[in-house]
Amino acid sequence: MNDIVRNVGLFAIVGVLILLTGFLQSWNAALLILNMGLISAVMALGVNLQWGFAGLFNIGVMGFVALGGLATVLVSMPPTTEAWAVGGLRVMLGLVLGAATIIAGVLTYRTMKPGRARAIAMIVVLVAGFFIFRAVLDPGVELIEAVNPAATGYLGGLGLPVIVAWPVGGVLAAGVAWLIGKTALGLRSDYLAIATLGIAEIIIAVLKNEDWMSRGVKNVIGIPRPVPFEIDLQNDPGFVERAAGIGFDPVMASTLYVKLLYAGLFLVVLVVLLWLAQMALASPWGRMLRAIRDNEVSAEAMGKDVKKRHLQVFILGSAICGIAGAMMTTLDGQLTPSSYQPLRFTFLVWVMVIVGGSGNNFGAVLGGFLIWFLWVQVEPMGRLLMDLITAGMADGYWLKEHLIESAAHMRLLTMGIVLLLVLRFSPRGLIPEK
Amino acid sequence: MDLLNAFVSLANYVLIPGIAYGSQLALGALGVTLVYGILRFSNFAHGDTMAFGAMITVLMTWWLQSLGVSLGPLPTALLALPFGIAGCILLLLATDRAVYHFYREKKAKPVILAIVSLGVMFIMNGIVRFIIGPDDQRFLDGERFLISAGDFKKMTGLEEGLAIKTTQVITVITAIIVVSLLFWFLNRTRSGKSMRAYSDNEDLALLSGINPERVVMLTWVIVGALATVAGVLYGLDKSFKPFTYFQLLLPIFASAIVGGLGSPVGAIAGGFVIAFSEVTITYAWKKVLGYMMPDSLAPDGLVQLLSTDYKFAVSFAILLIVLLFKPTGLFKGQSV
Repeated sequence: MNDIVRNVGLFAIVGVLILLTGFLQSWNAALLILNMGLISAVMALGVNLQWGFAGLFNIGVMGFVALGGLATVLVSMPPTTEAWAVGGLRVMLGLVLGAATIIAGVLTYRTMKPGRARAIAMIVVLVAGFFIFRAVLDPGVELIEAVNPAATGYLGGLGLPVIVAWPVGGVLAAGVAWLIGKTALGLRSDYLAIATLGIAEIIIAVLKNEDWMSRGVKNVIGIPRPVPFEIDLQNDPGFVERAAGIGFDPVMASTLYVKLLYAGLFLVVLVVLLWLAQMALASPWGRMLRAIRDNEVSAEAMGKDVKKRHLQVFILGSAICGIAGAMMTTLDGQLTPSSYQPLRFTFLVWVMVIVGGSGNNFGAVLGGFLIWFLWVQVEPMGRLLMDLITAGMADGYWLKEHLIESAAHMRLLTMGIVLLLVLRFSPRGLIPEK
Repeated sequence: MDLLNAFVSLANYVLIPGIAYGSQLALGALGVTLVYGILRFSNFAHGDTMAFGAMITVLMTWWLQSLGVSLGPLPTALLALPFGIAGCILLLLATDRAVYHFYREKKAKPVILAIVSLGVMFIMNGIVRFIIGPDDQRFLDGERFLISAGDFKKMTGLEEGLAIKTTQVITVITAIIVVSLLFWFLNRTRSGKSMRAYSDNEDLALLSGINPERVVMLTWVIVGALATVAGVLYGLDKSFKPFTYFQLLLPIFASAIVGGLGSPVGAIAGGFVIAFSEVTITYAWKKVLGYMMPDSLAPDGLVQLLSTDYKFAVSFAILLIVLLFKPTGLFKGQSV
């Protein structure tokens, strides 16, 4: 009983913090924190599944989140018919050939007898396949990127409702996770870390450079929304009347209303995933995972298929990160590949999981809200602190200017210190695993 | 057919940059591999350690420059390097005392230490950005080229120029000196031998009276020196920007793993394998092939296998190949 009171209390504290933001700063800021907090909580849930349940060290969260973002573009943007006409089929054929090359390489490796002949055959297949792939793909890419580059210059998406992109983002992330898991799981834990770190960088590089797919650094803007636009609400007499009825002006009311709708959608996703994660944790499957985490050797001796279980949980966790990424891009309404920073998307999520309590789903959710709140609020706090420190210095003094300018970098420092303090003094987190 | 020009062009764009970059990676990978071998965890803060050492050096260089001190044709940064090394070592020793020591006493699992190193990475990254900011900083002075492309053309009468940057020569010479010193230390001195013994078998080393805390301290001192030298050389050759040091983490770890984690020789070999693959795969071969083939067969396109933005993909692909076919690396490293 005591535990429940304590945990509810912790969530209540975070709730009060967000409410305080509403009263002291603005309700828009508070709702923004709430929305991103919900998304962060979903990401933390995914990482918790991997680390908390199974002890897998994935530091490529950013990549899976970005794949979710890509999914929103591929699913919800209207297709660019002209681009499809000039080079769509060619690019698709190129991609199929690329995949076929890899499959042929794997088949060569599997079917031939080990030895020098096999190595040479495999290299020949892969190299020849690579050149054919490029020869087919490149002209198509050039044609597509030449189609009205200022506005489109890419294939566009399927034009489906944006909500569909959320599960699709999960599937995309799961696919990549399968590839990584197949190669790096079963080896040392550090290898998975490095492999995921690498794949995340590569996914971002692909998003930045493959203009035909994601418009690269030109960004995709104006992604369709699952909720109405503020401007439409402001022009809707019925809405304006209702807003006036509760004493809000239409602009304020419409922005808050839209954010609340988003919050509702995200909350549904979070609750469903949290419920599923809780069920998984309590199931025999969850027990098996924890047994493997706590003692891999003995679990294996009991006949558990360690590698397979790891692969499953790695894919599931990554898929959840993909869903969160799709939700985030939907909220932003745009895909900006250059905004994906590992410190923000990978390591911050790790801080959330560890501070909240690894191995406990509620802990991860709490960590998601709390750390996101800190991440947003540390900057103004840092500025306040710097103003305080430099109050005695003369205006224009170099140290004063430098300190005030650097306040923005307080975030990383604070997060690092929080992580180290929690690891040292409360390694099980705020809501420990039972 | 013009093999001489083809070779000069190849040397100019592939061999020389590859050797310089390989030396920088090798120095970085040595640091990672030493921490792995002796402290037994993957140190994700290594990139930011390099950035910190380089930052101290940059600040000292600016100070020296403002005093009017210079080394003539050589960059002033070489004079500032010892200060950078000292600063970096102090930071690492302080970190060890404040952070890692506790987990070592507790015999924490390596993966916990790796997560702890993430926290350290955050803090170091924050400190560096706090002090010097996140932007590009230039601190190179002195002569830019040992041989410029124009001079080379005049000297040899060839069509292709060969430019050798001072920083590239300095990188290679410094790397050779540092690596020889390191190997002399590890193989010839008593302390170095105790370090190797500790790395090979901790229990046996403890039984024979080796003081573990001393070994750990020595390791951090060496790692600090290696990281700073690698960071400064990279900064001189390209430019100093905190975020690029974080991104170097991937090629550095790839080098260390390709060579075999825990094996110093492997780290050096791995550094060059990664560097040369990166440079050759992202280089546009049009010119070289144009010289080597008859005119009728000369290629139309750039003949670039991958755009330079995908250089991380190269380290990553090599890493995957090694993980799939030879998980202990080229020079049998440790596996836990």
